[in-house]
Amino acid sequence: MSGGMNMSASIPATPAKPAMPGPVHIRPALELQDASVVFGAGDKAVTALSPTSLKMKSGDFLALVGPSGCGKSTILKLVSNLLHPSSGLVLVGGKEAKAKELRIGMAFQNPTMLPWLTIEQNIMVPLKIVEPFKKTFRQDKKGAFRDRVHALLRQVGLQDFATHYPWQLSGGMLQRSNLCRALIHEPDLLLLDEPFGALDQFTREELWQIMQNLYLDRKPTVLLVTHDLREAGYLANRICVMSARPGRIISDEPVNIPQPRDIGMIYSPEFVEMTQGLRELIAQVRST
Amino acid sequence: MSDSQRIRLLSSSLIVGFFLMWEVLCILLNVSDLVLPRPSEIIVTMWTRFPVLWPHILQTLYSTLTGFTLGVIIGVVLGVMVGTSKIAYAVAYPLLVGFSSIPKVAVVPIFVLWFGSGTTPAILTAMVICVFPIVVNIATGLATTEPELEDVFKTLGASKSEILWNVGLPRAMPYFFASLKVAITLSFVGAVLSETVASNMGIGNVMMTASSNFQVSLVFAGLIILALMGVSLYAAFSWLERRVTGWATRGNDIAVT
Repeated sequence: MSGGMNMSASIPATPAKPAMPGPVHIRPALELQDASVVFGAGDKAVTALSPTSLKMKSGDFLALVGPSGCGKSTILKLVSNLLHPSSGLVLVGGKEAKAKELRIGMAFQNPTMLPWLTIEQNIMVPLKIVEPFKKTFRQDKKGAFRDRVHALLRQVGLQDFATHYPWQLSGGMLQRSNLCRALIHEPDLLLLDEPFGALDQFTREELWQIMQNLYLDRKPTVLLVTHDLREAGYLANRICVMSARPGRIISDEPVNIPQPRDIGMIYSPEFVEMTQGLRELIAQVRST
Repeated sequence: MSDSQRIRLLSSSLIVGFFLMWEVLCILLNVSDLVLPRPSEIIVTMWTRFPVLWPHILQTLYSTLTGFTLGVIIGVVLGVMVGTSKIAYAVAYPLLVGFSSIPKVAVVPIFVLWFGSGTTPAILTAMVICVFPIVVNIATGLATTEPELEDVFKTLGASKSEILWNVGLPRAMPYFFASLKVAITLSFVGAVLSETVASNMGIGNVMMTASSNFQVSLVFAGLIILALMGVSLYAAFSWLERRVTGWATRGNDIAVT
């Protein structure tokens, strides 16, 4: 009865060609219905996230900005099923997050590469865990999968570092590998938790461009948590602002600039005006 | 490079110097070979009695390695059980400490009582003595795994056993191999100990018999053989440790190109 699903799952795992936008797998929408998170109980209860509702279309690139501690990362953890909502619902691809109906790729603020594996092996980790790649991992890890990893590494300029160990790479290089690992299994949903936070300005802008290219290539649904307003404005096509703890979403605006965007754009008056508006909004919610 | 060569040179000359000093002092102070035989005498004894000693060496090696292997298997299983669950870690810890604080000599008579003298008590002593450091190290390695590393797998929907195989166990490997070096030395001590008390085979037994017959240079020959065996076992496991867990020490042999 699930013949249709199996068909899509058995598509051979060859390096992704950005073919005509065909329905390789159903792009899931993401939905939070009054989801809240409370840690502890009784007097010591801490509300990390007030009941929040949020809807995302497939292929959306949504940036979540707000003061620190407002629950941005909590939302990511809800979606990735690292946390369970205390109340409300988190639907991913129309099902509850724990159903694992779709492929999730996640890049954390820290690169969290496994120190005992080479960069290449680290990036292959999702292929080892996630179906349908898992089935053929043993046969393909030396062949098709490695080609796939190398193709992705070339895209981020790390082709010469495949067999290096994580400690041999700089912070920016690790962050690039981190992005590769988040993307290698062609996730339907990409969760980014301040992945460019700890980098210098030049590396960051460079990675923004790489990120934009990767996004436009594959068009996954992306949820980016950041406190960098320019990053949000440059990459996302929708920006949500969250209030201070306990957080909830107080503003939800589209970014109406056609993609691909030029990096010089972030210094244009219109762009500065937009980020300035967001800045004031956040300054307000911080003081209240 | 030249530094490490110099250290190697110095430590070998220290070893040679030690034995030279021993030889010279024995001659100068006219020490009777019934009290302390000279190294040259010991070497001669080792050489001439080698055909007799060889089966005993094999016997001790056999008891040590068999006991050690059993101990590693039990230690790893217990360590994984204790380390993967915080509750199990807390519950089992006092009992483990209790067992480990029993002087292992004390268990030999019990094993002899149960199994008679011979190889079995030697193997069992070697086993019992090496279990604890392995359990503790595996459990610590697993319990201290960074949650962030596990999160990477959890977001991908990995099962508990996948997380254990891909994160927990590799993460615990440096701890495991560090404990193996300690454990193999302990096993060796345990086996020899049991042989001296209750066996008619093994280097421990040879030394015991030689001592009661006043074959002092044979006693010392046994001692030297034990030292050599102990060092070789330790070296073998350090080598293995470097090969397997070089990532943890960022070994210089992993070339940066």
